[in-house]
Amino acid sequence: MVNVNSKTSEPQRKADTEGNFYPRASSAIGPGMNARIQRLRKQSVETEPSLSIERALHETRFYKENDGRFSAPVMRAKNFLEHCRQKTIYLGEDELIVGERGPCPRSVPTFPELTCHSVQDFEILDSREQQRYTISEKDIAIYAEEVIPYWQGRTIRERIFNHVPDAWLAAYEAGLFTEFMEQRAAGHTALDGQIYHHGMLDFKRQIRAEIEALDYLNDPQATDRFEQLSAMDISCDAVIVFAARHAELAEQLAKKERDPQRVEELRKIAEVCRWVPANKPRNFHEAIQMYWFVHLGTITELNGWDAMNPGHFDQHLAPFYEAEKAAGTLTREQARELLSCFWIKVNNHPAPPKVGITARESGTYNDFTNINIGGITPEGRDGVSEVSYIMLEVIEELHILQPGSSVHISAKTPERFVHAACKVIRQGHGYPSVFNPDVYVAELLRQGKSLKDAREGGCSGCIEVGAFGKEAFLLTGYLNVPKILEITLNNGIDPVTGKRAGIETGDPRQFETFEQLYGAFLEQLNFIVDTKIRVSNYIDRMFAKYAPAPFLSVLIKDCISKGRDYYAGGPRYNTNYIQCTGLATTTDSLSVLKKHVFDERKFSMDRVLDAVAGNFEGEEFLRQTVLNKTPFFGNNDDRADEIALRVYDDLLKAIDGKPNVRGGTFHLNMLSTTCHVYFGKVMGATPNGRLAGKSISDGTSPSHGADVHGPSMVMQSLSKLDHTMSGGTLLNLRFLPSLLKRDEDVTKLGHLIRSYFTLGGHHVQFNIVDTATLKAAQNCPEDYKDLMVRMAGYSDYFNDMNADLQQEVIERTENQAF
Amino acid sequence: MPERASRDSAASGPANTCDPAGIQSAPVFDIKRYAISDGPGIRMTIFLKGCPLSCRWCHNPEGISPAIQKMYTESKCIGCGECVDHCPEQACELTDEGITTDGKLCTACGLCAQVCPARASEMSGHYETVAELMKVIENERPFFDQSGGGVTFSGGEPLLYPEFLCAALDACGKLRIHRTVDTSGLVSEGKLLEVATRTDLFLYDLKLMDSKRHEQWTGAGNRRILKNLQALAATGAEIQLRIPLIKGVNTDEANIGATAVFIAALPGPEKTIRLLPYHDVAGSKAAKLGQRHDRGSMTEPAEADLERIVTQFASHGLIAAVGG
Repeated sequence: MVNVNSKTSEPQRKADTEGNFYPRASSAIGPGMNARIQRLRKQSVETEPSLSIERALHETRFYKENDGRFSAPVMRAKNFLEHCRQKTIYLGEDELIVGERGPCPRSVPTFPELTCHSVQDFEILDSREQQRYTISEKDIAIYAEEVIPYWQGRTIRERIFNHVPDAWLAAYEAGLFTEFMEQRAAGHTALDGQIYHHGMLDFKRQIRAEIEALDYLNDPQATDRFEQLSAMDISCDAVIVFAARHAELAEQLAKKERDPQRVEELRKIAEVCRWVPANKPRNFHEAIQMYWFVHLGTITELNGWDAMNPGHFDQHLAPFYEAEKAAGTLTREQARELLSCFWIKVNNHPAPPKVGITARESGTYNDFTNINIGGITPEGRDGVSEVSYIMLEVIEELHILQPGSSVHISAKTPERFVHAACKVIRQGHGYPSVFNPDVYVAELLRQGKSLKDAREGGCSGCIEVGAFGKEAFLLTGYLNVPKILEITLNNGIDPVTGKRAGIETGDPRQFETFEQLYGAFLEQLNFIVDTKIRVSNYIDRMFAKYAPAPFLSVLIKDCISKGRDYYAGGPRYNTNYIQCTGLATTTDSLSVLKKHVFDERKFSMDRVLDAVAGNFEGEEFLRQTVLNKTPFFGNNDDRADEIALRVYDDLLKAIDGKPNVRGGTFHLNMLSTTCHVYFGKVMGATPNGRLAGKSISDGTSPSHGADVHGPSMVMQSLSKLDHTMSGGTLLNLRFLPSLLKRDEDVTKLGHLIRSYFTLGGHHVQFNIVDTATLKAAQNCPEDYKDLMVRMAGYSDYFNDMNADLQQEVIERTENQAF
Repeated sequence: MPERASRDSAASGPANTCDPAGIQSAPVFDIKRYAISDGPGIRMTIFLKGCPLSCRWCHNPEGISPAIQKMYTESKCIGCGECVDHCPEQACELTDEGITTDGKLCTACGLCAQVCPARASEMSGHYETVAELMKVIENERPFFDQSGGGVTFSGGEPLLYPEFLCAALDACGKLRIHRTVDTSGLVSEGKLLEVATRTDLFLYDLKLMDSKRHEQWTGAGNRRILKNLQALAATGAEIQLRIPLIKGVNTDEANIGATAVFIAALPGPEKTIRLLPYHDVAGSKAAKLGQRHDRGSMTEPAEADLERIVTQFASHGLIAAVGG
């Protein structure tokens, strides 16, 4: 056994610098954390993330010993079972909900089968200032000796890069798109309520029944199905073993423990871990622990993007809460404490770090678990319960990075809940974000889901939606739409590098009409999208073949009945999303060219393109003219909004409905996360006056500072897009705290949200912070350790963000009190 | 959600002298959306240009003159000289301090603002017809409908344009949009009462009770303002009294006491009182108009002053809240 601590080391960060014990705001909606939660929270925020090589070692040894003995799914399942048998188990003081992916809190394993970190990667991770992950020299040495040599040439990442066509590589290197699955498995998975009605033993019975019913006479897939189902069966055993080892540890600790209260707690933990996940939970505590073991199982099996998500957790827990309340076996305070313990558990799990240059694309510890609160039930009723209100209190009080949370406001959602949610939003931590089930249910219906499945859907990570528990909706990567325009304006050449990045679509200096220009842009767009889709399809098959996920397949409906893996079309629904960023930058740039070059002929194309190429140096008159005298998106101005609509519709046409290799289709979604900042870095200036290297606009929000008529006009512009055609749109709004001083201001914020949703908006999120505070935080980071801001679909500590991301938030339009 | 418009002027029939066919345009100098401090719900506040008062603390000095005015922001100017080249009166000159405009030559034709690439030169005020304005207002309806909000006419003094105002209020009434009028009160009683038949809520400013001091600080005495308020209150109109609080001007016990006594004696339904503490922000706007702003003895009231004033109102049985 390698050197792994079963206890956390000394805190690397001081308590008072991380927002611990921050004074409870007088406007807070809950009573405050108890002592246990304060201690657990303190440990979680103070422990610096570290890397654990334990999983990689177990896996490498298993693969070395068993190479060639089993089919891929059975190999994966047995590997998972072995790791669950051997891995270091952690049970910390004060804990009520137990289990860690690594050997201790905040410790992250690696997944060399997908992408194998190099010695240099580890050295960078260990020493970089932001998003640091510590790792000892000794561990690096062991890794270099045992892990790296075996996986060289065997990782999914290498398999992908060995096969990609030149056109893809050129576009990828130019930053025209990113590829999610070159480093991590596809994730964005959320569960429905079935694990609260079926334990692993029930799933095993289902699996056995399917195996017995296999028809080797008529079904040519029967052998493959047998392998898949056998793998699923083994993976159920893995999580049962994992839980049982926690029960044993709790019993051992109870024998040594002297505090009678803790003895009782440890015995309770043992009882819970003996029962779930083997059986369906019987009470509130078991229900939370059930989910947590399932969560850990999926993120240990593979490192899926956007971790894992319980879905409509409040709706799942409400029946347990209500039954226990009625029986008198659970108080509201106990429920709050258990939920707080769960929240801290999620925070204990930073995202697995990436390798190489892509670290720049998304710099955060956040692994994007998003708890959906409120919304509607599968039957179409209001989903708000007392558990929803308790969750709002927990997220306000804990004030931690993870899990993210979102409130779901349908026309049926009570005003009281909206008001409570807005009060939490007012605290300015950037969460919860706000979603509109009335629109996303329509989105899912349009994609072909049944009404019930659509209603049980929601947001898995940032803003993308799927049918929880029944769908593999894979995010394939971001599309840099403004960059497509940039190369169009350079006839397929990337002006930043001078290299060819797309196809030749004509010399724009010879274009005589806007339609000619737009036609060239469209041609380029279709080429780039198809280039991306080709490789996406290839990668999907790679995962299905080499990195199947038998445990996840147990949890997602129809994988068992089909005998197919999650990555091979097993789920009921199979979607690939391409996330398009920079709608506003593209729109505004086209608007500039349309008005000033083609319609009014104030500037020649030559002059504009030369100015853009020269980053507007010596062309301040031109730059100011385009900035101030052009219709821009976000002002309810049809001249700009019509262009946005056209681009949006053409993105849809380019992406929506194209078949994937899993029996489903590609869909569009307008998510950017932090990628719009990275995309801006790889771009020169754009015709809308944006300077080289500056962030492009995010998903569907206006360009920075382009919206000058307040939030209602921004919402009017956005609502012209038909959100139901997408799988999610994104709207960031920044408000000054003075806009939310009084209780009636909070009510009006709720009304603003409802107005947007009536207009057909999918999502909106708020940053309640003034520019002065952000600048002060940049200058004196140590005074603002706990300042959290909303990035795009998730919150992050302002000080954990790099300078580019910080600047992007600062430049967002600040809506002030009038 | 607050009750919708209680009196619908369009339905009750016009018995007024406002001529709907008459002058139906007025100078608008600003339109604020998501206005959350000018009446119930989410509102759109429309600022009409021109005011009979010239309060020394005025936040919107461009609202005082009814004329279209040039505003110039030096920090935005890139010194391109476009305005100098285009000014038909040769009133603009490029100097070390940016552009200077000769007020004697300038006819406020707006050409400089039109050619300025950087919005350094802008024109404050443009004439808007009721029909044009209604399009803008109607666009905002989803926000009014959700929040029980509506339109607030402010200024300047909106009653300087009674025909325009009445026509706009009637048009809003037809659409069942809640109507608020923010007035200084220094207007003709007849017009005020005509407006009152088509207004759901008045925001009525009370600045100083002593007429001499009122004149000294605002340029006019307060006799008519107080008399109009009594007449308006007698109609049963819903009124919110708004008291700007400027230390050194009107926060003294004597003035607050007299204000409270006056309000307590007003007829009609109970009045809400909002205290609006002064913030010194007028300076930058005055500079844009080429005016000097002298804050003199005016200062922002302290927290203790506000508490004392709230208590003083309470002693007269009145509830006063701080903030719009």
